[in-house]
Amino acid sequence: MDEIKPSEIILTLKNVSFGYNYHLPVIDGITLYIPKGSFIGLLGPSGAGKSTLLKLIVGLYKPWDGIIKIKHFNNKKNKKSTIIGYSPQVESIEWDFPITVKEFVSLGLWNQSGFFPWINKTSSIEIDHLLHTLGMDGYGTRHIKELSGGEQKRIFLARALIHNPEILVLDEPTSGLDKSNRENFLQILSDLNMKGMTIIMTTHDIDGVAKKLPWIVCLNKNIISQGEPSSTLSDNILYRTYDLK
Amino acid sequence: MDFLLQPFHYEFFNRAIIVSILVGGTCGLLGVYIVLRGMSYIGHGMSHAVFGGAIGSYILGLNLYVGAAIWGILSALIITEINKRYKIKADAVIGVVTTAGFAIGIFLMNTTQSPVRNFEALLFGNILSVNDLDLVFITFVSIVTITFIFFFQKRLLFTILDTDTAQVYRVNTNRVDLLFSIVLAIVVIAAMNSIGVTLLAVAIIAPAISARLITNNFLNIMILSAVIGIISAFLGMYCSFYVDSPSGATIVLFATASFIIAIAYSHIKKSYHMHFHGDNRHSHPHSHIEEHRHEH
Repeated sequence: MDEIKPSEIILTLKNVSFGYNYHLPVIDGITLYIPKGSFIGLLGPSGAGKSTLLKLIVGLYKPWDGIIKIKHFNNKKNKKSTIIGYSPQVESIEWDFPITVKEFVSLGLWNQSGFFPWINKTSSIEIDHLLHTLGMDGYGTRHIKELSGGEQKRIFLARALIHNPEILVLDEPTSGLDKSNRENFLQILSDLNMKGMTIIMTTHDIDGVAKKLPWIVCLNKNIISQGEPSSTLSDNILYRTYDLK
Repeated sequence: MDFLLQPFHYEFFNRAIIVSILVGGTCGLLGVYIVLRGMSYIGHGMSHAVFGGAIGSYILGLNLYVGAAIWGILSALIITEINKRYKIKADAVIGVVTTAGFAIGIFLMNTTQSPVRNFEALLFGNILSVNDLDLVFITFVSIVTITFIFFFQKRLLFTILDTDTAQVYRVNTNRVDLLFSIVLAIVVIAAMNSIGVTLLAVAIIAPAISARLITNNFLNIMILSAVIGIISAFLGMYCSFYVDSPSGATIVLFATASFIIAIAYSHIKKSYHMHFHGDNRHSHPHSHIEEHRHEH
């Protein structure tokens, strides 16, 4: 990533700062250039600003200072909603909410599936196809509260993917998963990345996730280090990232 | 038989029963979104807020509906704006803004010594106070509500379930919330004469929570909530004719009865729910000792 051509950069963050209380920045002057087709893991302790940085990228927060720029490679889809697929932490919703998996995933297509309240035929076929790809055949009519932790993560991913975004932004998509589910999930993401999708995800799992990603950004309010896991996940950098003496 | 059909010989009753059915169905539909949003207090609050507007407009010699509508919409705007700008929970803002509206109504009524006509009807509902204007207004409001729900269904669901992600996907969640509050305000105004502002909250919430206890399917919850609202309104209005009780209170009692029945049904369903033992699928009462395990 050292020799990136500016034309290849899909996401630019320049001196970005943000916080919830003034004088207490959670993100402090971050500069990051993300080329199209990258697969990046943001690693850091709780409170390091990982989720906040994702929320800045997807536009939920406006930075105090600095610039966040997203380049639209596909001119046909120039709406932000079609550029970014966002999956927050699964704890962000009420799982007892009375909707089915298909209805849940269809929310990602709300502005592309007609005016009517029901899921149109084209969208329905697209959702079935995506659920099949994610190994969730036959789950469409199930109520979301009947899903296991791994299945919940997958329908979040499905909702983020259904409108075919260029950038996938995932907040802790593998937390709480057992080894088999975690590796399966990472394989799905890896396959998407191979097809050209840019993926940015947060993790706090060094051995189970970070070491398996192509590029790691160690974060603790600002960028401590970034690079391939073999060079970035050194004791020295991890001590600095996790504030260990 | 003629005794049972007697109320329908009166024009005022036929008008009132149509108004009540429309109010019951509309409140039932809106109640689903309110319950799922966990904002049950807004029904209670909004009904109190418009009371202030209604009294104020009466004293000023304005049309009651116009004053109440302005007041209701203003309350919705203030609640949405405070909620957006400050870190105060929605129920707290609703509590202050809407109760203040109610207090202003009481204050105006007492300080101006105005003998407000149909004051009790506004508070508790009265079938005799339902007039042709109510019928026209509630028909209009029902159409507006159904149209709003039809075209905003996806945005409403997305906003209620996952506000942050909805914003990322370009749902204007503040606008959705505001429009919903405005629709609720006009439904409350339309229901004032038949149910009364003090009792309306139950007519909005009870059908929705009853339906929620019975089914997990969103469309079925919508249909069931509207049906429960309609049946409660019909039975309440019908009985109030014979018992000579305030229509609002009677409707609310039927809505509450539906909630009690739904709780009983939910309890029985839980004990009897279908389960498997290997390939053997059956249902019978049992108690759970651990998730997916039970004692026989």
